[in-house]
Amino acid sequence: MWMLENAFLIPLIPAISFVVILLFGRSVIGADRVHRVGIAAVGIVWVLSMIAAAAWIVRVEDGTAGPDDTDSHALVGVSEGYAAAGAMSGGENLAAEDDGHGVVEDDGHGADDGHGSTGTEPVISTFSGWWSNAGVDFTVGTLVDGTTVLLLIVVTSISLLVHVYSSEYVKGDRRFVHYYAFLSLFTAAMLLFVMAQNLVQMIVGWELVGVCSFVLIGHWWEERPNTDASLKAFLTNRVGDIGLIIGVIILYGTFKTFDIDTINRMVPEKAGTEHFALLIAAIALMAAVASKSGQFPLHTWLPDAMAGPTPVSALIHAATMVVAGVYMIARLYPVFYEGLSIGSSSINLMAFIGGFTALIGAGLAFAQWDIKKVLAYSTVSQLGYMVMALGVGAWTAAMFHLFTHAFFKACLFLGAGSVSHAAHHTFDMREMGGLRKHMPHTYKTFVIATLALAGVFPFAGFWSKDEILLGALAGQQRAYPLMLIFGCVVALMTAAYMTRVIWYTFWGEYRGHGHPHESPKMMTVPLWILAGMAVVAGVFNLPAGVLSPIGLEGFAHRVQTYAEPSIYLNAVGLSHPDPSLILALVGLALALAGIAITFLYYWRNSGPHGLTERNRYAKAGYTFLENKYYLDRLYTDIIVGSIKAPIARAANWVNQNVIDKVVDTAGETARDSGRWVYRWIDQGTIDGGVNAIASGADAGGQGLRGMQTGKVQNYGSLLFGTAAVAAIVFVIVL
Amino acid sequence: MLLNQFLLLGAVLFSVGVYGVLARRNGVMVLMSIELMLNAVNLNLVAFGVQHNVVSGQVFALFIIAVAAAEVGVGLAIVLLLYRNRKSIAVDEFDLMKG
Repeated sequence: MWMLENAFLIPLIPAISFVVILLFGRSVIGADRVHRVGIAAVGIVWVLSMIAAAAWIVRVEDGTAGPDDTDSHALVGVSEGYAAAGAMSGGENLAAEDDGHGVVEDDGHGADDGHGSTGTEPVISTFSGWWSNAGVDFTVGTLVDGTTVLLLIVVTSISLLVHVYSSEYVKGDRRFVHYYAFLSLFTAAMLLFVMAQNLVQMIVGWELVGVCSFVLIGHWWEERPNTDASLKAFLTNRVGDIGLIIGVIILYGTFKTFDIDTINRMVPEKAGTEHFALLIAAIALMAAVASKSGQFPLHTWLPDAMAGPTPVSALIHAATMVVAGVYMIARLYPVFYEGLSIGSSSINLMAFIGGFTALIGAGLAFAQWDIKKVLAYSTVSQLGYMVMALGVGAWTAAMFHLFTHAFFKACLFLGAGSVSHAAHHTFDMREMGGLRKHMPHTYKTFVIATLALAGVFPFAGFWSKDEILLGALAGQQRAYPLMLIFGCVVALMTAAYMTRVIWYTFWGEYRGHGHPHESPKMMTVPLWILAGMAVVAGVFNLPAGVLSPIGLEGFAHRVQTYAEPSIYLNAVGLSHPDPSLILALVGLALALAGIAITFLYYWRNSGPHGLTERNRYAKAGYTFLENKYYLDRLYTDIIVGSIKAPIARAANWVNQNVIDKVVDTAGETARDSGRWVYRWIDQGTIDGGVNAIASGADAGGQGLRGMQTGKVQNYGSLLFGTAAVAAIVFVIVL
Repeated sequence: MLLNQFLLLGAVLFSVGVYGVLARRNGVMVLMSIELMLNAVNLNLVAFGVQHNVVSGQVFALFIIAVAAAEVGVGLAIVLLLYRNRKSIAVDEFDLMKG
């Protein structure tokens, strides 16, 4: 349990690594060796995360749920008091819920029900006195529970592999030191965010990962598109950040605390009276999610963010930072659950935004020639899937999909990086082709990850995608039919566009120049590890029905058992649907159909080729997709353009009439006072004084000159005269 | 004791010397006047030494005689060089340091 209570070490180590690399990277360590520091730091953190995960699993298995066990060395009085009270009221609530739902729906989980329904207390370590203002103490601390641990594993694993991969991919770069410093800072910031104990700390982590994203997208800032992309990412995220701040303020106004644990526990009792506040908070926070996790309509920055180095895209813009929004929903799930009435509706804002994003992202992925942009739109689409899953109440499915998606999408991105490394730094699929012969390792891992993403049995994506579809089908109190349709269509499209990528990249004839070659071991080994995870990650949340024939029912639903914060979720009445074999078969059929259609289209050359040239409507549709639904045009030309001109005119007027006037007046005043000072102070007083002293000395010298006759006897007379006078004075006085 | 008489003689000799140093134009006469002043001081030292019955007065007088011999040697050499260069030993003609 020590690890869970001292989890602050986990973000601290990469933060130290950031400082060390930044300050001593070039001078002491040496620019070509800094990656060792980064890899070592993240390696240690990975080990610590695994220890934390093990400690958490032990905690769940022991059923040490009592509030006495949670208080650690520095718990603040208030939050401790509440924790105990909340645990009791939560316990009563969930007992009531069990009576209502347990009999009907929870039977399928067998042995896990015992743990799942009681829930394990999170380990909260609070270090009070970050700062305090107007009687409010802002604390800083760590909140570690299964959700946190799940994200710790994802973030540290992907970060470690990306660190290793980058040492080869970014080797010899002009800002190698800078690159590794910010990778470390990003890791630290993401871990800080994941473990945030209160909302203010969460905002800090949220903004820090945003800054790292900005810096790393613009890593090669000498080229204009890269700086444009990083600015776009940053500014688009600012739009959502306003929502985050508003949401946090509303939550504070409602609950009078920033403490995440307390808020989650208080939601059920406030839900009746404060429903409107929760609704507004949830909508405001959804804006933040839309910007950070690339949801419609703020997803446009994510494809442009591919301007950064590919490992950065894999780490930040596929596996970790972009899931920050999803994680925030998961962390504050009771707020969203009550605020958006997820339990009782059949469509809601979150589910719709998620589903719609999944759909348009998948559509856009067809019209891209840049392999990374295909993957970026795929990420947008899959993030939409996760948000949709949370929107329909399938909490576990969303986090499970986050877990599996991180591995296979990172694998795909690193694969794309490997391809680009081989094919002379191009990402254009029209200049690739036939690479399967030259790059067997990259090809195999890419295909495995693609099958996982497409959701083909038995790869990881199949299990998580199936759970999301199941969540949409079952819903909570009512089903979400539209979301189910969206999910099925996206499953088909995902399989199809990923097969298209494989065709253009690895099959056919090589269309680029030079000789492509397989990437070195430092790059292929991480690829194989990720591909391995893409195969096996699904086993962590298998339904019991799959495992019972081989006698391993106890291993079913591990993610649900360990990661789900049932202590919060049971209190709002979240239920888990029973697995459906038919739905799984439908999902698999859709994925295979998507692959088959694309296979026929490209490999067998059947189907309507050249339709976009011949048919006016098809061409219009393709142009529509190519221009990304004209969303960028809408933002830059219409919204920004219409606001920009009046603001520019007003700014010009203010500039001419106010600022310039002030500046002019200040300038004239300064000039006049300068003249006055010159005339009176400088010339009159200072120079006058100096001149007076000089002329005084001159006059004195002229007066004394007469004494210097040059005759020794005159000097002698003066000497004796003076001596005589002195002697007389001496005699008289004494 | 006749101390007063010695001191009076010393004072007279010293005054004569001072007069000679300040008023005579001849360089050799200036040097001789300096000798007068030095010997006036010697007279005083010896007189006080006898008065207090200590020997150091006479020791100082001997030292002064020795130093005076050296001094007059250097002084006469300067006068000699002056004469060689300027064909004159009138001290009031040498005023190169006039301000």
